[in-house]
Formats: sequence, C-alpha cells, structure tokens
Amino acid sequence: MLGRTASALFWLSRYVERSEDMARLLDVGYRISLLPGIGNGGHREDWKSTLVSAGCDGGFMNTYDEVNERNVVNYMLFDDDNSSSVRSCLHTARDNARSVRTALTREMWESLNTTWIEFSEIKPHHVTRNKLPSLLDWIKERSMLFRGAMLGTILRNDTFHFSQFGAFIERADNTSRILDVKYHLLLPQNEMIGGGVDNYQWSTILRSVSAHRNYRWIYRDSRPKPWHVAEFLILRREMPRSLIHCYTWLAESMNGIEQIYGERSPSMDIARQTYDTLRAGDMTMIFASGLHEFLQNFVTCNNKLTTALATDYNFA
Amino acid sequence: MADTSFFNEMLTADGTPRAAYKQLDGWLEQFPRSDLKRLSREAETIFRRHGITFAVYGTDEETERLIPFDIVPRILSAQEWRRLSAGIDQRVRALNALIHDIYHRQEIIRAGRLPAELVVQNEAFLPEMVGHTPARQVYAHIIGTDIVRVSENEFYVLEDNTRTPSGVSYMLENRETMMHMFPELFQSHRVAPIEHYPEMLRETLESVAPPACDGPPTIAVLTPGIYNSAYYEHAFLADTMGVELVEGRDLFVDDGYLYMRTTRQPERVDVIYRRIDDAFLDPLTFRPDSTLGVPGLFDVYRAGRVTITNAPGTGIADDKAIYSYMPEIIEFYTGEKPILNNVPTWKCEDKDSLAYVLEHLDELVVKEVHGAGGYGMLVGPAASKKERAAFARKLKARPGNYIAQPTLALSACPTFVGAEIAPRHVDLRPYVLVGDKVRITPGGLTRVALKKGSLVVNSSQGGGTKDTWVLED
Repeated sequence: MLGRTASALFWLSRYVERSEDMARLLDVGYRISLLPGIGNGGHREDWKSTLVSAGCDGGFMNTYDEVNERNVVNYMLFDDDNSSSVRSCLHTARDNARSVRTALTREMWESLNTTWIEFSEIKPHHVTRNKLPSLLDWIKERSMLFRGAMLGTILRNDTFHFSQFGAFIERADNTSRILDVKYHLLLPQNEMIGGGVDNYQWSTILRSVSAHRNYRWIYRDSRPKPWHVAEFLILRREMPRSLIHCYTWLAESMNGIEQIYGERSPSMDIARQTYDTLRAGDMTMIFASGLHEFLQNFVTCNNKLTTALATDYNFA
Repeated sequence: MADTSFFNEMLTADGTPRAAYKQLDGWLEQFPRSDLKRLSREAETIFRRHGITFAVYGTDEETERLIPFDIVPRILSAQEWRRLSAGIDQRVRALNALIHDIYHRQEIIRAGRLPAELVVQNEAFLPEMVGHTPARQVYAHIIGTDIVRVSENEFYVLEDNTRTPSGVSYMLENRETMMHMFPELFQSHRVAPIEHYPEMLRETLESVAPPACDGPPTIAVLTPGIYNSAYYEHAFLADTMGVELVEGRDLFVDDGYLYMRTTRQPERVDVIYRRIDDAFLDPLTFRPDSTLGVPGLFDVYRAGRVTITNAPGTGIADDKAIYSYMPEIIEFYTGEKPILNNVPTWKCEDKDSLAYVLEHLDELVVKEVHGAGGYGMLVGPAASKKERAAFARKLKARPGNYIAQPTLALSACPTFVGAEIAPRHVDLRPYVLVGDKVRITPGGLTRVALKKGSLVVNSSQGGGTKDTWVLED
C-alpha cells in the first residue's frame, strides 16, 4: 500500500469521527441552553466550554467578538476557517476519500460522498434553532452510516487497520479533551456537593459521549458520582468511547498490521505502552497523581502515536 | 418530414427507421415521455452519487460537474463498425510508425513527404526523445480517435488524440448505467460488450513492460491529483485494472530505478500510465517548476527501466498541422490508401490559405493548432458578425496558431431533450490500445451537442454523452 494511501485512510476516518464528535458537542451545548438560566451568564459560559471542548476556542475568538449560540453554531458547523468545523471535517474527509478511492469500497465512498453533497446544499441561515437538533442527528447518523459501511464491506487488511487508527486516535483525543475541560468537576472532593449545577455538568459530560444511559447500567448510582464518571470514561472497557476501549481497538489493529507486515514498528510500542498504562491504572492512583496531569500526559502520548505512525508508514 | 440538412442516424428521409434502429424506434415510441424524464433524472442521481464528475477550469461556483448523460443509445451496425475499426487500426499503426520515424531517421522528411519545419519547430517535438526506442516500438499506446459522420458511408477523422485522451470511464459508466436502467433493451439487442476494456488496457500495458523488467510488471496510473478535471477517470481506471493510483510525490528514483513509497519497503514500478503532460513528467528534464512529476524519471525511462505510456513526445502526432498530412503519412508507412477520410484543412500560416480562411470565415471552423477541449475555436456559421470580426483579428495576429476546416454537417441521433426526443449532432471517440497488438473497444464514447443546431460536442462547452452500441451480426 502507498504511504499516501495509508495516510489518507487514517485522516479520512479521523475526520469522519470528528464530524460526529462536533455534532455531539453542539448537541450538548444546545440542550444546556434549554435549561433555565443558571447564575451569571451561565449559558454563555457553557457555549464557551463547548468551544473549549472542541478545541477551537482560540480560532473562534479570532473570528467573532461575542460568544453566543448563533456564532458558536456557525463556527462549529460551517466555518471554512475552522479546520474542525463539520463542514471542514466532511470536506477534508471527502478529499482524502477521493484521493484513495481505489482503496475504498463503493459503499464507503457513496455514503461519504452523499453526506458531502447533501451537507453542501444546506444554507447556514436556514439552520434556525428548531432545526438544529435534527441537523445534528443527521450528521451523527451519516457518520454512523459510514462506519457501518466500512465495518460491513472493507477487507480486513491494512486498509482496515489504518482506518481504525484514525478513528480511535480521534475518539480517544475527543474523550480526553472533554474530560480535561471539566476535570475540576470530577475530582473526589466534589463528590459531596451534588447541587443542581454539578448534576447537570456531569450529565453534560456523559451526554457529550452518548453515555448518560450506559452510565446507569454500569454504576446504578442514583446520582452520577464524579469519580465514577471519570472512571467510566477512562478505564471501563465496556464503554465504547472510553480511553481504554479506544486503545484496545488500537492495540488490536496494531497486532493486525504486525501480522500482515511481519514486523514490529516503533509506533506499535508507543500504542502498547499507553494501552498498558490504562490497563494497569486505577482511579485512586490517577487521582493521587493528578487527573489533569494524567489526561495531559495521555493527550501527549496519543499525539505521539500519530507522529510515529506517519514516520513508520511513510504517510508524507 | 425530416430535416435533410444533416444525416439522421435513426431515420431515413421518409421518416422510417434504419435497420439497426428499428427496435429502438419502436421501444421509444411506446415509452411514456414522463417516464423518460424520471429515468433521465434517475440516471443523473446515479452519476452524482458515484462521483462521476469532471472539473471545469475557470469557474468558481462549482468545481465538480456532471457530464449530462443522454439515455437514448446510439447504434452502429456490425458492418459500419467493421469499416470504422479497420480504418482506425490502419491509422494508429501509421501514427506509431510516424512517431518512431520522427525520433529516428526521419525518412518521411527525407522523402519530401512532410516539411521538416513542421516537425523540428513544433512545440510538441521533444529533442530528448531522439534515438529512443521504447518497448515494441510503440509510442502511442492509448489513443482516442475523434470521428464524425456526415452521411451513410462518409466518416471523417477530426483528430487523433495521442497524448492522454480521456473519456473512456464515461463510456464504461454509460454502459453500466444503461444496463442497470434498461435491461430489456439488452435482451432485445445483441450489443457488443465493452466491459473488458480495463483488462485490455492492463494487457496492453503489461505487453510493453521495459526490457529491464523480468517478472510480472508492476503498473501504476500517474495522476496530477484530485483537482484534475479527469481525476475520476484516473481513479476508475486504476481501480478497475487493480493497479495503484499514484501521484508524483508517491514516486522516487533510486539507483536508476523507479519506486513507489509504500507503508513498507519501496516497490519498483515498471509501467506508468501517466495522465500528466510531458512538460510535467520530470522537473530535471522538462519544466523545473513541476511538482506533479518525478525528478529523474526521464533518465530511468531512457535507460529502458520503465515504460511511460503514452511515450513523451507523442504529441507530435496529435498536432493539427501534422494532421493535414495524414493521408500521405498513412500511405507512406502502410502502403495502403487511407480507409477513413481526413477533413480538408487550411493551414493559416500559409498566406493564400489565410486569405481564403479570412474570406470564408462564415462557413469554416477555425481551431488553435495546439488547442483542445473546444476552447479557443470558432464555428463560423454559428458565430455572430462581431465574434467573427474579433476572431479575424486574432487570426491575423498569429496566423501560424490556427488551422481551418469546412463546417461538416455532423450526423444527428435521437436525444432526450426537455420533454421530447429530437435529433442532436454527435461525434464518436473510439478508444484504441496499441501494445503487442491493436485492441479496439467496439463503439466508444458518443458526445452529443445538446443545444439544438449546435455542432460543439465538448463537455466543457455543454455537450453530453451517450452509450454507444455496436450490434453484433
């Protein structure tokens, strides 16, 4: 396989995953805005935190003067200058897909191409408040359709594995970023507070990874306990957006590549290391050494894996 | 009564269908017009979803467009096709012999049959190719011959596209779409299959592997990338042949051989089907600013360690000035009379010709010598007085840049336009492969001028395409 093909598969999956993550973050922001006002400027702060979780608050401030729903929605859905806007994600994903069309199945290509065609027909000013939720649902559905098309049709060779790398590195990045933005709420000392504000903050976190129901099935807490939330998203394998789940998949695809290519690459060691840390981790330890530090370290390792993959497999 | 100012391929002058069209005519008659409209839209959706698009240069609003697909097929009888394919075969053999000769002894010039300045002063002539003989002495492996019909038995070759002819993916997708939408038509007609084109292309490319290749050759399609107007086709051909689609940056030269950068060890490449122009192939030999090509590629080529298809410098045979000598060229190399007609051509660099052309601008078609895609041409009878006057000024400023030909009354085929079926003018581009032998796909791509009365079939100028059937005996 060409190095460029591997790279395009990697980024294509990453950007499809990101489009879904962006839609989910916006969905949470929207839900919160429907709650009765909380404290001074509560909603504005929440839109701000949506931007921070999406990692695009800096870019936003360069473009807009005011943080409000309309501006945030515009920036995160349609802005071409925001490389993580849904529009940019879909555009980049499709460009990558076009450049490796020969490596994709027809189903994968058509699901992505149709998404792009339909998305580009949407006029930003038509997306009024009441139309936003269904648009966000649609974006998530399209990403799921693509994933389904991929899982259902793609050969389980290096094509598959490079796509998985992209999808799960992105997902792990997203989950760790969401956790880090709210990490102060997840510290054990917060456990006792449990007021209305925190309650909705926790459910925000869970919702932004589509896990508010799942959480209850695992923990059966009457109210979410903050450090359970942290554990759920970091260490519980059952949770498909948890860090350890992402790295279980990554490790599996790493093994897959190792088997196909018959050799071990440095990136494999990096992935394995992170995986082992997560496997050996427990929350007491993580809290003791600092949740924020733990997450920062995770993000660094996760980024290092991308760089290592690019070097090992000639992404250039 | 039918319009008799042009040849109608389906209907005779008294309105009865010709033999090859008899069944189709009946089928069209009974087909509700509203259904045709719906099916026509359905076809468009299929094309868009598959991403079968081309890019139009110079427009901002929409960079990827669909070529309109007309659902009424064009039909050629077995007998018509036999004659056409014999003529094409003769022509591509002559063209390859010409290119070989031009880059070697130049016998045709010595014999006084072709003016020397037409060759050596030609921009398409590559001095770097002089003395080089590629595998099997084939230079132009993939050719699209543009043919028009003006009467029952009169076919003219307009152009021999010997550089990087495009459109073959449309030919294949058109057939695919037709078989999907109208299976019943394929049950009632014996249509010669064309689906094996990618295999034929692969066989052709394998057959011209370079001398240095000792195993099964590794083939790659070289594309300028996703923003090229024909990118869809590049991907399509690589995919259907089962070979890699590469960009220049995926390739590198090491120790005299050409390699692809893969996720593992570099992989040697033996045959390149390139879809980039000569000038961009190798920045060390040609345009130094090219980022599309591969530094050092040309040296590897000259050393017989890679085959480039089509060979660099084949544009010399694709030149509109050389074209006018095709009858002599065919006779010179094959010893046969040309089977297909050449269109009489006035070379405007010649003073008397220029005077004639300027005088008869309202009845001629004037083209740029190196132009392609229908850009920069004048269709005299269709142009306004003002347009003709403006063109005359360009012509006088650079006469050597233009040739002129009589306006041919292109044949017309039934075409679905708006709400009805009406005759529209067409041309034909059969696709020819030259390797260990000549392979011609039955039919080719029919391009149709969708505007009433228009003679310009280029997709960049609003033309569409049709599935083209050759009936078997």
